Amino acid sequence: MSSELVRLTIDGNAVQVPTGTTIAKAAERVGIRIPTLCYHPYLSVPGACRVCIVDVRDIGHHMAACSTEVWEGMEVVTNTPVLRQARRDIVELILDNHPRDCQTCERDGNCELQNLAYALGVRERLFEGQRKDYPCDTRGVAVVREPNKCILCGRCIRMCAEVQNVHNLSQHGRGFRTVVTPAHGAGMDESVCIQCGQCVAVCPTAALLEQSHTERVWKALADPDLHVVVQTAPAIRATLAEGFGAPPGRATTGRMVAALRLLGFDVVFDTVFGADLTIVEEAHELLTRLKAGGPLPMLTSCSPAWINYLEKFYPQLIPHASTCRSPMTMTSVLTRTYYAEQRGLRPEQIYMVAVMPCVAKKYEAARPEHRDAQGRPYTDAVLTTRELIWMLKAAGIDLWALDNVDLSAYPNEHFDAPLGIATGAGTIFGATGGVTEATLRTAAVQLTGDPQARVEFRETRGVPGLREFDVTLGDRTLHVGIANGTGNASELLELVVRGERTFHVLEMMACPGGCVGGAGQPYPPRALRSHLDSLLQLRAETLYELDGQSEHRRSHENPAVRTLYREYLGQPGSPKAHELLHTHYRAQLPRGIA
Amino acid sequence: MNPATTDNWAQVEAAAQAALTPEIVSFIAACRAKPHPESHLIAVLHRVQEHFGYLGQAQMDAVAQLLRVPAARVSGVATFYHYFRLQPRGRFMINVCMGTACYVKGADRVAARFREELGIDFGQTTTDGQFSLHDAACLGTCGLAPVVMINDKVYPRVTPDQVPGLLESLTAPAPA
Repeated sequence: MSSELVRLTIDGNAVQVPTGTTIAKAAERVGIRIPTLCYHPYLSVPGACRVCIVDVRDIGHHMAACSTEVWEGMEVVTNTPVLRQARRDIVELILDNHPRDCQTCERDGNCELQNLAYALGVRERLFEGQRKDYPCDTRGVAVVREPNKCILCGRCIRMCAEVQNVHNLSQHGRGFRTVVTPAHGAGMDESVCIQCGQCVAVCPTAALLEQSHTERVWKALADPDLHVVVQTAPAIRATLAEGFGAPPGRATTGRMVAALRLLGFDVVFDTVFGADLTIVEEAHELLTRLKAGGPLPMLTSCSPAWINYLEKFYPQLIPHASTCRSPMTMTSVLTRTYYAEQRGLRPEQIYMVAVMPCVAKKYEAARPEHRDAQGRPYTDAVLTTRELIWMLKAAGIDLWALDNVDLSAYPNEHFDAPLGIATGAGTIFGATGGVTEATLRTAAVQLTGDPQARVEFRETRGVPGLREFDVTLGDRTLHVGIANGTGNASELLELVVRGERTFHVLEMMACPGGCVGGAGQPYPPRALRSHLDSLLQLRAETLYELDGQSEHRRSHENPAVRTLYREYLGQPGSPKAHELLHTHYRAQLPRGIA
Repeated sequence: MNPATTDNWAQVEAAAQAALTPEIVSFIAACRAKPHPESHLIAVLHRVQEHFGYLGQAQMDAVAQLLRVPAARVSGVATFYHYFRLQPRGRFMINVCMGTACYVKGADRVAARFREELGIDFGQTTTDGQFSLHDAACLGTCGLAPVVMINDKVYPRVTPDQVPGLLESLTAPAPA
């Protein structure tokens, strides 16, 4: 963008903005937020819905503020009776063929269409338009589609193509019969979908949602014969409060644990424990590969949608993936084995629930690789952050009200031992670059032999989608790449495939910003759209703050992890560790075309 | 594990080639050699339909793999254009003109009679493979409205009552 300034007026207010600024962005400079619907700041601008129309002097028609760039001397008017009426008409027309089931809709209260209709003053429905009558695609193990609620804004298509480089969704048919589906109208699980759920995160309505697991969790909680265990991913503590009206960036570890106990879970474990264990195994794997000379680069494996992307789009690079199971699955496996043995419980008595910032974890939990000998998934249910927020509200548990409650009846606000004991290194898994930093902390100690080796690797931090740097540990220099969003991941993989760059480690996260930007995270407050760097940054900083306050900041120093190896697994990379904590991947069809 | 065992491209490519003809495969290869190969998608689909009579899923997926255009884009394009057929075509291709002039002259009643007699909707083919029924936007012979076109022959001023006889005459054995 040129630094040259353009002067214009918006509703009579003079404003100067750089060349190339859109009317909508210029208007924000004078405090006016022009309503939008198809627009999303992370995606290309189609200017399709026309909700953001404004008037420009000497132009005979309304102009779309999201896609029109300003010019010198432009006089913009954003608020006239005619404009307000036209915007309202557009939204009314969309509503005319939209189901009238707001009260029973999953997005009631946080639907962008509903919010927009209210903001624009739609107070009655004048016409009964033709309705769409498509079957719901509820078969998806992670993502479900309700095409009757689709308003054809195209955000999901653009997210899937532009950011994720998956290109699974497209408009099919034309005119009123247009419908957004995978190729040939296939179900999500039969398509090239990688299950990341980012389409769900950007959908303004409930046309795309995660597969709900709340019912099965309620059922388990009500079953007196089950020992119901919950684990929470690192990123949940950084975002749960948003669901209760707090601004982004507020940590709620203790209250979250207490709230989970109130909800009825018997034991609260921390996926961060699994993250620490992942680091110990993965650092061991990396050092083994460095000694053996390959296969390098090693690709991280904790993000299930990224793994699915690898299997569908770059199967030739599968041998590069770390064989470590994800922190979630490691925690689940050890709960059913190690913990069950310790507590004298039969494995089938344990019901394992994972709270994840992720839609794809539902898919991971269902994968055949992560089931026990009887075919039962090690993780019985995966709740997104959103689902947990709803369950807490449904049970009348207000995260903030806990301030005024006597919690002495409950054991504490701390995770339970042993799989709830965790370090700061595992905590930062929730932010892009965090896995790398945690790995480097442990690898640094092993490569330098100095137990006090460098602990902070700030070069790994930040939310940009693509980063690359050298880090020297002892006498070794490692070339590290970090990508979030599978589109960025594929850019790094192309460098590897073409042999243009020699990486040692590539950290890949399917969601923009890593897990803090996961597709299962709360829909952002109205003033903030999902994926805004500022939102991701705030959430990530919360995790780094928690890391800074931690007693232990290196995964291998986790006392519970040490005990686990001593009493149960032996050494990192031992046969028992391999049996329980590692897995393998395979090419999956249909093969993706990026 | 080594890449040779995890990579499935050879199988995917072979399956794609097997779903098409050698001529179409080399046409796609020629398109790939040009700038913006994806811009040749419609031309490729035309060739596929010309040969197979319609665009089957296996053919569309094969085009996607060999032209390197996402499958959702291919099926999106195929379902957008009226010209592309997704099912095999019947022996007799019945196009009922639904343009303004024909519509005013009762094309909808003619169409309804065809649907009733054949038991199929627009875009479908009878199970015996004899008839395909389609609606056309305008056949350009408004003076003859309402117009029906069957294969290459134009039938002017069709009334609903003529439909059963018309269908019978098509399948009747030719006079000796």
